[in-house]
Amino acid sequence: MAPKKKDEPGFSRRSFLKTVGAGGVAAGVLGPASTAEGQNVKAIGPAASPIQLNVNGKFHRLEVEPRVTLLDALRTRLNITGPKRVCDRGSCGACTVILDGRTVYSCSMLAIEAQGKVIRTAEGLTEGTVLHSVQRAFCDHDGLMCGFCTPGFVTAAVALLEKNPKPTRQEARKALDGNICRCGTYPRVLEAALNPKSAAGVKRG
Amino acid sequence: MKSFAYVNAAGEKEAVAALGPERGRFLPLAGGMDLLALMKDYIAQPDRLVNVKGLDRAIARTPDGGLRIGAAVTLTQLAESAEARRMYPAMTDAAAEVGTPQIRNVGTVGGNINQRPRCWYFRNEEFPCLKKGGSTCYAVDGENQYHAIFGDGPCHIVHPSSLAVPSVALNAKFRVVGPTGERVVDAGEYFQMPDRNLFGETVLAPNELLTHVMLPPPGAARTATYEVRFKQSHDWPLAFASVALSMSGDTVRGARVVMGAVAPIPWRSPAAEAALTGKRLTEEAAMTAADAAVQGAKPMTLNSYKVQIARTAVKRAIMKAAGLKTV
Repeated sequence: MAPKKKDEPGFSRRSFLKTVGAGGVAAGVLGPASTAEGQNVKAIGPAASPIQLNVNGKFHRLEVEPRVTLLDALRTRLNITGPKRVCDRGSCGACTVILDGRTVYSCSMLAIEAQGKVIRTAEGLTEGTVLHSVQRAFCDHDGLMCGFCTPGFVTAAVALLEKNPKPTRQEARKALDGNICRCGTYPRVLEAALNPKSAAGVKRG
Repeated sequence: MKSFAYVNAAGEKEAVAALGPERGRFLPLAGGMDLLALMKDYIAQPDRLVNVKGLDRAIARTPDGGLRIGAAVTLTQLAESAEARRMYPAMTDAAAEVGTPQIRNVGTVGGNINQRPRCWYFRNEEFPCLKKGGSTCYAVDGENQYHAIFGDGPCHIVHPSSLAVPSVALNAKFRVVGPTGERVVDAGEYFQMPDRNLFGETVLAPNELLTHVMLPPPGAARTATYEVRFKQSHDWPLAFASVALSMSGDTVRGARVVMGAVAPIPWRSPAAEAALTGKRLTEEAAMTAADAAVQGAKPMTLNSYKVQIARTAVKRAIMKAAGLKTV
């Protein structure tokens, strides 16, 4: 189950949806494992089963059906909403997370498959109120318009720079070409990705 | 998507044991990029997924000097392998251009080769097309701008895999395991036309798995893949070609020329191969071979433009392999 959130007194659309969702899931828990007919195979589900996810350095225990994607587990169960659900088909990049150091589309991976992996989202980049140097660069270079693609672009840029701290323009373009921005602010996203150190560590209130 | 049970197979034996003989009921899950999208659209509705990421994920030299690529090797891993790039640029160039970085980071060699067609009628729940057991190929009278320009149907998909084409050009062998043991299939025999196999695209039985792609020693062969794309990422090529040329000096001793995205299987062109054999590698020889490659093309109502694109892809793949400028 998701860890208890401290100080969450208000009632929001999100917490309402979460409550409704949790009821549905609880009703689906019938027992974790079943053995297939005639075969000595250990099958999990289709009912919800316990899994553990390591997200942003914290372990979360939750129960999900095998069909729940990593994206939906993060957003609707763990309230980690940096990864966005847009196309849900691995075509837009808004759901990008860093998994064991590589970018992946969290909409196109099952939560149950992500066990044992180190998962990082945009939330994990910020330390308190101090933005990551890449997040800071997105502000400084105006790397966003509506902002919906931004967490995906930021995580993709962070994954690139952790592997290749001084990418060429061409390398950066290639590394970021799995993300789409409908507003079309690509030149500034690229500038941000190429200039991450511009104002690292500046406090934002 | 419909609910299903999940088996995390430790290796190929467990994976095969968890699959079954009934088509579509138990499906292997590799990177999941193709399969989960099919399931979200209810095109695939398995009762069980068998995670096969526990298959071999190594790229290893074979005793004869070739390369053995595990089915669970990711496309990123293949594209970044210096050894594979040195030995078979046709293969690594194709891997490097698949989809997007996120897709290549999880997409596997086995998954890429066994992915299902991109035909929008096949992918759309509303169209009960031939491949889904219906009675009509909607592409014939419909939107067929990305469909096949070779083959006689009755289904007019193009094969979606980027690695299938260089695999055939490089004369790869595929190791397949099933409930009764293993077999080795030539890449050129692995893919099946729709008149032989309408509901699948390969010889793989529902309870078999592709475990390895084995590439023969490259010798003095020069290989290349050239893709023509509408978009530079997030897309499949409009047409592409992989070539493998065995050389003596600058004369072609033998050639394998295979086109992609033009037919329901990787489309080998014996005519183009014959046109190259015995010739010096020049732009003119490449042009002649490219002309031969598209002889006999039968475009549909909206895709005759693909004939010229396929021709260009063949010409440029040959020139790329020869180290000549492609544009």
